[in-house]
Amino acid sequence: MIMKKKVELLIFFTFIILALSLVPTISVSGQQPTPSPSDDEVNAIASQLFCPVCQNTPLDVCPTQACHQWRELIRQMLAEGKTAAEIKQYFVSYYGASVLSEPPRSGINWLIYIVPPVAFLIGVFLLFMAFRTWKKSATRLVIAPNPRNSRGAEPGSDSTADDPYISRLEDELKKRK
Amino acid sequence: MSQESGISPAPKREVPIWVQILIWLGLLGLLALLAAGLLKARHPIMSVGSQVPDFTLTLFNGYEFNGAAQLKRSDLLGKVIVVNFWASWCQPCAGEAPDVEAAWKTYEKTGKVVFLGVDYVDTEPEARAYMTQFNISYPNGPDLGMKISEIFNRNLGVPETYIIDQQGLLHFIQIGPFQSAAEIQAILDPMIAGK
Amino acid sequence: MLAQFGFGVFVLTFLLSLFSVIAGLLGYFNGSDRWVEAARRSMLLTFPLITLGTLTLVILLVTGHYELEYVYSVTSNDMPLYLKITALWGGQAGSLVLWSWLMSAFSSAVTLRKWERDRELLPWVIVVISVTLSFFLALTIFFENPFTRWWQTLSGDFVLRMFAPGGAVPVFPPDGQGLNPVLRHPGMILHPPMLYLGFVAFVIPFAFAIAALVTGRSDDRWIRLTRRWTLVAWLFLSLGLVLGMWWAYTVLGWGGFWNWDPIEVAPLMPWLTGTAFLHSVMIQEKKGMFKQWNMLLIILTYSLVILGTFLARTGVLSSIHAFSQSSIGPVFFVFIGLTMIISIALLIYRWKDLKAEVEMSSWFSREALFLLNNLLFMGVLIVCFWGVIFPLISELVTGQKITVGPPWYQRTNGPLFGALMALMGIAPLSAWGRSTLKTLGRLLWKPSIPTVLALAAMIALGVRNWIALVGFTLVAFVIFVTLFEFWRGVRSRQKGRGENLFTAIWRLFGSNRRRYGGYFIHISMVVMAIGILGVELYQTTTQKTLATGDDLQFSGYTLRYDSLTHVPGADGSSLTSAVVSVFKDGRLLGKLHPQFSTFPSGETATVVGIYSTLADDLYVVLIDWENISPAQAPFKVVHNPLVNWLWIGSLMFIIGILIAAGPEPDQDDMRSAR
Repeated sequence: MIMKKKVELLIFFTFIILALSLVPTISVSGQQPTPSPSDDEVNAIASQLFCPVCQNTPLDVCPTQACHQWRELIRQMLAEGKTAAEIKQYFVSYYGASVLSEPPRSGINWLIYIVPPVAFLIGVFLLFMAFRTWKKSATRLVIAPNPRNSRGAEPGSDSTADDPYISRLEDELKKRK
Repeated sequence: MSQESGISPAPKREVPIWVQILIWLGLLGLLALLAAGLLKARHPIMSVGSQVPDFTLTLFNGYEFNGAAQLKRSDLLGKVIVVNFWASWCQPCAGEAPDVEAAWKTYEKTGKVVFLGVDYVDTEPEARAYMTQFNISYPNGPDLGMKISEIFNRNLGVPETYIIDQQGLLHFIQIGPFQSAAEIQAILDPMIAGK
Repeated sequence: MLAQFGFGVFVLTFLLSLFSVIAGLLGYFNGSDRWVEAARRSMLLTFPLITLGTLTLVILLVTGHYELEYVYSVTSNDMPLYLKITALWGGQAGSLVLWSWLMSAFSSAVTLRKWERDRELLPWVIVVISVTLSFFLALTIFFENPFTRWWQTLSGDFVLRMFAPGGAVPVFPPDGQGLNPVLRHPGMILHPPMLYLGFVAFVIPFAFAIAALVTGRSDDRWIRLTRRWTLVAWLFLSLGLVLGMWWAYTVLGWGGFWNWDPIEVAPLMPWLTGTAFLHSVMIQEKKGMFKQWNMLLIILTYSLVILGTFLARTGVLSSIHAFSQSSIGPVFFVFIGLTMIISIALLIYRWKDLKAEVEMSSWFSREALFLLNNLLFMGVLIVCFWGVIFPLISELVTGQKITVGPPWYQRTNGPLFGALMALMGIAPLSAWGRSTLKTLGRLLWKPSIPTVLALAAMIALGVRNWIALVGFTLVAFVIFVTLFEFWRGVRSRQKGRGENLFTAIWRLFGSNRRRYGGYFIHISMVVMAIGILGVELYQTTTQKTLATGDDLQFSGYTLRYDSLTHVPGADGSSLTSAVVSVFKDGRLLGKLHPQFSTFPSGETATVVGIYSTLADDLYVVLIDWENISPAQAPFKVVHNPLVNWLWIGSLMFIIGILIAAGPEPDQDDMRSAR
């Protein structure tokens, strides 16, 4: 009876020891060194950033010592498993928003994204209104020479303007007036 | 600039007043912007005698001041503050580093002067290596977001040192490295004499 | 002695130029021909004088008069002769002299023509040009004097003065600093002068426009008179931009040719309005419309020229391109302000006099499409302007520095450029006055067939990037439509006049140079677009440190690092050069020599090794900021597909402009044709 219990105890402890011996192997595989990120991986992130000191120079092509240090920093952060977004965020908090290639979409910076399309649409609208007014007036107008005859040449009101020879002819006639 | 295409078929209409106002406002706005940009570009470094606005320096681990991990300039009112901008990639900074540290050592115990190192556009590992190399012991921190540089409207070179007096006014500007610890002492001694 | 002589000549020129302004004004307000003639003559006299002054400066540069601060800063003993001459525009002071010289040259060319018919415009043309010339001369004389020199005063200080301060002795440095290494490149010979030629040439149409506004002329005479000047200005501005791209491509080592840097965008802006202006004046000449708009466009173009110059030279915008800090900022600002305010005020004052009856009967007429062209160009202009100005606004309002970089520009401008390409394909088929969807459609279907075939071919070849598909299809569209137009014209000549093919082509171009030259330019533009699309969409890059003998596979090429040579120079400079063999499919294509030079000042200049074919460029840079030794060297390799079509398109562009700007067919040709 006691023999059986001892055997059970023995098996139990063996099992525990075996289980415990597996643990180091599990954690060791988590500590295996990752290969150092390649230049291309570093540049993939650096190309999205701008050098904080040199003006308008992307970080992947900047030749200064400082930029070299920053690229090495990116390499280190990549090796630590940081994502591109995290790395960018780090750079922004350290060096300001000017390291990003586009302004962050916050606060007044929304203007940079909104103004051009809005301005263009305003232009389209103005042009559209102008066209409509001109089309309306065109149907009422008789095509005639401009009564306000200022000194010098008149605007050509030729409907046969397609033919280059006829317009040349008219030019010549005007010259000989 | 606005697009002025003739809208009305009726001839000889002046430019409507509201359009004129818009145009002039726009033009004057642009000129004002250029003028402001020009003023900024001429980089007037903060002038001696002006009040230095408050700023916060977040200190590196191990380089705290009296246990505080962050320092505001206003916390140090009543003391002389020596703000020294440096970077690990800057050769002249390395030249003056031993002198600045030596000067710090002579004033540390008096409690009347605080040296603040501001690491400009740098990376922490290299910054630490630099500070270890020169045995720097005074409080040091990175210029996060370059905000402190902005306050002083700096020449944007390193090293630059700005010495603030006990009332928070800018007392002295040093562009470029100090040549010796004695040079620093010559500026600081009169400031704390008799106080 | 020579320096003081040169300075004196410039002062004299400045006084003459001021006299032209006063005489011109007196001539106009008193109705006195004699005063106007005096103004004209003094303006003509400025050119030989300013040539003398500029020549003096060049001689001082070439003979190494380093006691002059400007000569010291841009030349040195080790520079070859041609570089010492081009150092004239190597710095702020000298490039301002170049500006003035070019202004004077152009203004003389304008005044030398016969003025009988346009006598009333003359005084104001002279006044405007002379005011501008006086301004630039004033900058040279009072703010950025290239003739100032070093003196040592009695107290031992070194000062920079034009004339000796009391008791001071002149200082004669034995050598100069030399030109910034990046500028020691053939691109330096051409890029700045071309840009300045473009900038300065725009003053002429501007002067005529102002003259027309002041004198109340509402016809388009000023446009006809300055048509060629506008073309010349546009040609040089375009060339200047392309040369800048080429120079950046071969010198910077970044792998690209355009970065939307604010100083790059600055000369692009007047190019945009200049192109819109070129098109829009055709409507005015043909139909008498849009006089107000054309006035506005030329004022805008010139203002942007001056604004761009201001931004580049006064440090308001930060850029690797910018000139170093200068004192000309405030006075330049006043000049811009006055120019813009006076021009706009004049335009508003004369607004109603410029109106003509506007007849627009069709949405698809050529006039309408030209207006659409203008709208799109203005759209791109607003994008560029806003992208340049906004960081300034943001910094002033929030104190936060931001960067507006390539991704934003590409995304925002892309659709606009695409629309412009589509327009280049449709507009040539439209007719003045009348065009409907039907008439356009009848003409469009023929060139559309090969276009659709091209699209199908691309899809079949595996192109999946939708931007590439749209972009290259538009390129094909424009080419086919334009060739179709050529073919139509040639056919009608063959049938109508019985000319053979070659005579027909030759005479067709000769008969309407502007139209067919313009079409040729359109084709050259889309050919350039091929290069741009190739690089923007398909560029790949890699960076690797190679040990000697190692090779690197990239984009179908194999590169092998063969050897490294390091040659130290006597003055502390050094040249490091690598030999890289390029293979494709096992065959040796050639050896590249990427290299960099370091200079005592610490600056470096890179020379990139490029293997070029029609299909792509293999671009190899020897990186100078990493560990380098004969055993291993770091390289950056960029593969740029189709990039050489950009340069080919630029050459075609020059041909197109020469066609378009050439002399019109002579009268005899006309008479015999009737």
